[in-house]
Amino acid sequence: MALRLLLALWLTLVIILGFALPMVAQPQQWYDLPIIPGLEEKARIIFFHVPTAWLSVVGFLGSLGYGIRYLRKKDPDDDIKSASAAGLGFMFCILATVTGAIWAKFSWGTYWNWDPRQTSIFVLLLIYGAYFALRSAVEVEEKKATLAAVYAIIAGVTMPFFMFIMPRILASLHPEPILNAQGKVHMNTMMLVVFLSSLAGFTGLYYWMWKVHVRIERLRYRHVQLPGG
Amino acid sequence: MTAWLRSVISIYRKDWHSELRTRYAISALLMFVVTTISIILFSLGSEEAPPDVLSGMLWVVVFFGAMSGLSRTFVTEEERGTSMTLQLLTSPGAIYFGKLLFNLVLVFGLNAVTISLYAIVINGFVIRTMSIFLVAVVLGSVGFAAAATIIAAIIARASTKGTLYPVLSFPILLPLLLTVINATRLASEGAFFSEAVGEFQLLISYIVVVVTASTMVFEYVWKD
Amino acid sequence: MTDTVLLTASDLSKVFNRRMIFRGISFTVSARETLLITGRNGSGKSTIVKMLAGLLTPTVGTVTLALGGRAEGERHAMNFGLVSPYLQMYDEFSAEENIRFAFSIRGLKPDEDRIAGLLALVGLGARKQDPVRTYSSGMKQRVKYAFALAHRPPVLMLDEPMANLDSDGTTMVQGVMADQQTRGILVVATNDLGDVERYDKQVNLNDVPRS
Repeated sequence: MALRLLLALWLTLVIILGFALPMVAQPQQWYDLPIIPGLEEKARIIFFHVPTAWLSVVGFLGSLGYGIRYLRKKDPDDDIKSASAAGLGFMFCILATVTGAIWAKFSWGTYWNWDPRQTSIFVLLLIYGAYFALRSAVEVEEKKATLAAVYAIIAGVTMPFFMFIMPRILASLHPEPILNAQGKVHMNTMMLVVFLSSLAGFTGLYYWMWKVHVRIERLRYRHVQLPGG
Repeated sequence: MTAWLRSVISIYRKDWHSELRTRYAISALLMFVVTTISIILFSLGSEEAPPDVLSGMLWVVVFFGAMSGLSRTFVTEEERGTSMTLQLLTSPGAIYFGKLLFNLVLVFGLNAVTISLYAIVINGFVIRTMSIFLVAVVLGSVGFAAAATIIAAIIARASTKGTLYPVLSFPILLPLLLTVINATRLASEGAFFSEAVGEFQLLISYIVVVVTASTMVFEYVWKD
Repeated sequence: MTDTVLLTASDLSKVFNRRMIFRGISFTVSARETLLITGRNGSGKSTIVKMLAGLLTPTVGTVTLALGGRAEGERHAMNFGLVSPYLQMYDEFSAEENIRFAFSIRGLKPDEDRIAGLLALVGLGARKQDPVRTYSSGMKQRVKYAFALAHRPPVLMLDEPMANLDSDGTTMVQGVMADQQTRGILVVATNDLGDVERYDKQVNLNDVPRS
């Protein structure tokens, strides 16, 4: 209970700070955020769009992990966890695609550019869609869980190829990432704090939503198992 | 020759004998290729599309051709109730490789026809570096067969097989498609062979990864 | 060859779509013994047969086959022959071709003499080269027998053995059953007790716990 309240407060604070902290050219106060050239006020989207994209991937990995466990032990509970992780991941993936498109519109004039990041999130969306299409096409539950887990595995091993393909083929319109591989951070400390807090807060939100969803599905599962079946 | 290998080849040959006797897939596939290329031809009219568009379209035709034909090997067993017979006769591994072999030969045949027809009929489709193109076609075909076979095994156990197959296959095949389209573009632009080596490495890794993952999961798909 | 065959089922249970078909089934069958499985329609006779043949995984419990004291693991193809309504033949091929598959898909070299002999045994000598789809249901059943016997399995399982057969057919089956009873294990699943002349063990699925 207390953790839930803490999570709610945390996220509220993050959202407020994300919008309210002033962006100035030369950050002087501890609460000032830097102006990213080209993005200015719209850089605030980092606090919200990136976490949704992050959670899309978390959802897929969670689904994959529990799917593998299901294949090993055939415990229906693992399938419940797998499907719930995927369901939430799907939702966040839709959010990430939409917020990404909106941002693209503001920054580069078109909603869709087929640059590596937009394409990747779109492919993830396709995989989620395919995953649920498959689940709804199988009636026997044991088979449904098995096939879904197998598909997640096949998708999981082919997805990393995008990381190598994208740079080769598609020109990028995505702005220089503020956080890049060498760890050079163009964010100042405050921006980083807000960003990481948002990431943590949204991850907590995902975890809470997932636990609730799993509990609901467990009840639904047990309810159907009552005599008469 | 070990019993296992004999088993694999037997399954492969059975599938071909069955196909030659009933001719379900082959005639439908040929008609499909002819129809699709005709549609492209008519919609292009006298326009000459740029080379990268033509490269991409070729593989679109190949993709949908694959979607029309490569699921047959598993779906017919399910539909006729011989899946269980096969399960009793041999191990899952032999079934997978036997049917993979069948799909490999089918996809090579299909691509040979598609590409020949496409090259003859579509204006502006020119390959300047044939070596790149040939390697890309060979590796791409193997990759298609690998991915399409495991997905076919999955959808054969589902109910709405027809529409589900492209839906499941597309995200899985997309890395392969992008790479092979890029290689084709390089070939039509006259790039040096060495420029396409990165593409070939990607294709080979894709094939290895997909086949390895498939052999590990196939048993779960196949057995009840 | 099949002097010491032991088929053991231990605490078998099957849950299917959250409905329990049966639970707690155990038995042991040894060489030259016959197991009879009886029960109402839908009681799970075919489910047990499939589990024994390795075609279905039990939710709980194990099935083991031991030959000469050694557990056979996953070698179901070599050790089991099955005749049942749900095991189909390839109907675009002839009976002869189907029996040849019974060998080659198992990784064995087809024995043409034996194939001809089997087809004669089941009474299909004349039509053996016609596609199975042109056969009557009785003839299709006969092909299934030849198919199941091809590799001389230590365990022969017959699910509804007399289905679709005329009196000549039933005589043929009784001969097959008697032969199997002298060399290995015979498992028969049926509702008609008249199908089997003698049996040693019985599993009656009407009396089995279902929850």
